[in-house]
Amino acid sequence: MSDSLDAYLVLATLLFAIGSFGFLARRNAISMLMSIELMLNGVNLAIVAFGAFGATKEIAAQGSIVALMVIAVAAAEATVGLAIVIAIYRNKKTPLVDEYDAMRQ
Amino acid sequence: MVRHLIPIVLGLAVLGIVTGVAAIMLIFLGQDWADALFWMFAAVMIGSALLVVTMRDIIRCGLAMIVCFGSLAGIYLILGAPLLAATQVIVYIGGISVLILFAIMLTQTKDAPSRLVFQTQAVPAAIASIVIAVVVALAIGATDWGGAANRIRLATADMASALFKDYVLPFEIVSVLLLAAVIGGVYLAKREKGGPS
Repeated sequence: MSDSLDAYLVLATLLFAIGSFGFLARRNAISMLMSIELMLNGVNLAIVAFGAFGATKEIAAQGSIVALMVIAVAAAEATVGLAIVIAIYRNKKTPLVDEYDAMRQ
Repeated sequence: MVRHLIPIVLGLAVLGIVTGVAAIMLIFLGQDWADALFWMFAAVMIGSALLVVTMRDIIRCGLAMIVCFGSLAGIYLILGAPLLAATQVIVYIGGISVLILFAIMLTQTKDAPSRLVFQTQAVPAAIASIVIAVVVALAIGATDWGGAANRIRLATADMASALFKDYVLPFEIVSVLLLAAVIGGVYLAKREKGGPS
């Protein structure tokens, strides 16, 4: 089972679906950021699996390198996203996203 | 006293079930180590990911996220990408998870506990996620990928030569991106002088 590409892709799909559910359903802003991290990890697993089953060493190396780039971009995203959440929390005194309605009124 | 032991007992029970199933697969069903470890890591990863999106206490969500990232590093090892597994542990468990835990401790208030964990659209969100998972899984099953049957164990030297010869420009650009993100994060989270508190 660990020798088939399908198993890894289905696993990545499950992780992505769980993350998308969390992003759509949670009320807490930091929970939504954690769900985004789950989705990015699912996509990363798919990229690495495609590279590892790509029949040559060059493709495997390229898959790992693209995954490394995605990890770095995820780190940058987490930094800026958490800073934005902290800045909003300082003004609104709540981490719940359904109370951020300043642009709706 | 007893109530504090319930999560520990539950965790031990889940761990025992997972390792027991893996051991049964290994011994009786004649599968090899990689398969047993793959199932174990996959079960732990999906279970902890479900805990991340469903648990009420957000600190526990963060800790479950660390477990999820760790088991994903194990799956990278089974896939034959050891450097990526090390990076996963260093960056995600050592960096991003700690950052998220700090942000949780800075932004959660005791006096306004989130009684409702989910939005009102939680049920449609669950349906949409299940539809995504089923459709993509069906598409994966119906597609002939045409790749190799065996995965390639990637030596770190090969990956390093590709990274620092062919992909050195994206590597440097990512470093600039990280610098910009750090400066932007400091600027956004900085307390303004004379501003509200």
